[in-house]
Amino acid sequence: MRRKEWIAMILAGGQGSRLTLLTKKIAKPAVYYGGKYRIIDFVLSNCSNSGIDTVGVLTQYQPLALNTYIGIGSPWDLDRKKGGVTLLPPYVNEKGGEWYKGTANAIYQNINFIDEYNPEYVVILSGDHIYKMDYSKMLEYHKEKEAEATIAVIEVPWEETSRFGIMNTEKDGKIYEFDEKPKHAKSNLASMGIYIFNWEILKQYLVEDELDPDSSNDFGKNIIPQMLQSDIRLFAYPFEGYWKDVGTIDSLWEANMDLLKEDNKLNLLDNKWKIYSVSPIRPPHYMGDTAVVQGSMVGEGCVIYGEVRNSVLFPGVYVGKNTKVIDTVVMPKVIIEENVTIERAIIGQESSIKPGCRIGDKSSKSITLVGENEELPENTVYKE
Amino acid sequence: MLDYMGIINLSEREDYIKELTYNRPIASVPFAGRYRIIDFALSNLVNAGIQNVSIFTQNKYRSLLDHLGTGKAWDLDRKNDGMFIMTPMFNYYTLGIFRGDIENFKNHIDYIHLSKQNNVVITSSHMICNVDMRKAIRSHEESGADITIVYKKANTCSEDFYQCNTLSLDENGRVNGVDINMCKRDECNISMEMYIMKKSLFLDIVHTCVSRGDCDYLKDAIHKNIGKFKVMGYRFEGHLACVNSIQSYYRANMQLLSLPVSKELFFKNGLIYTKVKDEPPTKYTENAKVSNSLIASGGVINGVVENSVIFRGVQIKKGAVVKNSIIMQNCIIEENAFLRNVILDKNVRITKEKQLKGDEKYPVVIEKKAMI
Repeated sequence: MRRKEWIAMILAGGQGSRLTLLTKKIAKPAVYYGGKYRIIDFVLSNCSNSGIDTVGVLTQYQPLALNTYIGIGSPWDLDRKKGGVTLLPPYVNEKGGEWYKGTANAIYQNINFIDEYNPEYVVILSGDHIYKMDYSKMLEYHKEKEAEATIAVIEVPWEETSRFGIMNTEKDGKIYEFDEKPKHAKSNLASMGIYIFNWEILKQYLVEDELDPDSSNDFGKNIIPQMLQSDIRLFAYPFEGYWKDVGTIDSLWEANMDLLKEDNKLNLLDNKWKIYSVSPIRPPHYMGDTAVVQGSMVGEGCVIYGEVRNSVLFPGVYVGKNTKVIDTVVMPKVIIEENVTIERAIIGQESSIKPGCRIGDKSSKSITLVGENEELPENTVYKE
Repeated sequence: MLDYMGIINLSEREDYIKELTYNRPIASVPFAGRYRIIDFALSNLVNAGIQNVSIFTQNKYRSLLDHLGTGKAWDLDRKNDGMFIMTPMFNYYTLGIFRGDIENFKNHIDYIHLSKQNNVVITSSHMICNVDMRKAIRSHEESGADITIVYKKANTCSEDFYQCNTLSLDENGRVNGVDINMCKRDECNISMEMYIMKKSLFLDIVHTCVSRGDCDYLKDAIHKNIGKFKVMGYRFEGHLACVNSIQSYYRANMQLLSLPVSKELFFKNGLIYTKVKDEPPTKYTENAKVSNSLIASGGVINGVVENSVIFRGVQIKKGAVVKNSIIMQNCIIEENAFLRNVILDKNVRITKEKQLKGDEKYPVVIEKKAMI
């Protein structure tokens, strides 16, 4: 096969256990976001828009929804004759088999897949981050610096540096030190979990790492520190723009609310960098006589008779008369009947909220979560 | 598998809907916020399990080709059968004279011969409905008819369905007469221009027309022969709209603001498929006020919208008011503009403070890409 210049590997096996009920049956990259999308749409669209035509998606935890969703990749234009999208679950071979032990091990187990394309560069990506990024510019930077590994970094507020993996760089962007969740950070450049490696070099490190029984086979914890120790040319690629890792219910809610801000940096309307997804087959949404919808996003096929403020509604949601939905994320096909009040909540897909329910609390700090396919009987009062 | 092939015949008269069909056939006129007229005929055939669908176009088919692509949206990108587009052939002998759909069928007769199915469903595109074709086919087979015509017993014939064919039927449901609706009576049987018959009979009709030269249109050939063949009616009970004029286009869109109508049309016997555009959800700002409207994705609504159908990617700026109107894809309505009973074709920009008012019976139509 003709050599590919670069291919991407997307780590999509994470459970996202802190998203509790939302990831009971699906992996974190398959969680809904933004009134239409699943989180993995962002990284897949970024690949497609950046001109990467070969993508491996590494799945492990609850892959059914993700497998069905990605299919042969046609929504992202990744149904290609040569390359395209390939789902890569763990497998058995003649020596037995094992689960992916860590991010690095997941790539290690798929060395054969990558070698088939024999690429010069491999882009390692996370399937559960929300951002728009042109990886081709990052590759240009990688070539320009004659780097052997490049890590995308983003400036984070100084007071939050202790939550991230911090890169300490020299003036030209060369990384000399990596601080995992430092107490006293020397810089505020956090790793975004986006790497470009020269494949020959990465392969060598993956094989060595696999031989070390004490290693946790992780890019951040093992591979990058090892590379730093042995003077590999490691560069930080500065990224500006919106980037979010939605680890918790609160941050998922927050990321949805970010879209409602007028000056939000994640412009979904940008025609030059579209985010593709599997589109629902539904008519436009219908606003009834009594509908009041302000400061919100509404997906296709919704039918609204009630009041919706500062909320994100996914396709196929029904909101009955005299119902108030405020500061809330409502996932696909949820039925909210009459006289319901919902505030500061996330309602999981296909749940049904009967008349008179009171969900959530506007004064509460935490976000109330109703799981998927739940049925709340009449006049239920529920808050976190 | 069904032994039927589908033919969508786009030989439709555009005399009364010229404003929207300068550059496109009726089949690709945008409809209901995100669809094109042809989506209904295509989806009805596909939902019945028909996998060999051909579309016989007249000229002006560029926008249709763009919409149909490979047929993927309708699951018609197949190795076996799938979607075929039959454009009129250039012919020196008939230069400049359009000879009707029979000519087009004749030119593509090989395709019809070679298709492995033995029966055909022929349908027009401008009859908008969600019909269970399997039921019509069953009724056709059980009645032993040569030809079955799907019709709707309508009670609004004095307003709607102008110049559509009407059928008269005997007590057994056999068609014994065909007329044209001149809007003089309320009640009539509207022919939905969907014909079910054996492929061999269809080929016979085409051959006879060509050799005798007495019919240019398939419709006329069938109507002339109702005495000769056993022609039965199959009654369709659901919602039907015919889009053949600006008025009927406007009314057909407005009818969708009734939820029972739109639920039936979009869900009842299967979903209506269309080309995917990858637009984000529509955003409503703090100034948005919307009621009784159908609004598609990708828009930004910052003004007032009442009793309207808003297509994908429309921007309605602060202070703008849109009432009883149809606003097609990517239009921009600037600050404090006022629109009532207006149809805006794609990519129209209405600048600040402008006012446009039409009448319910005669909506103002603004052509594609205009700036007002």
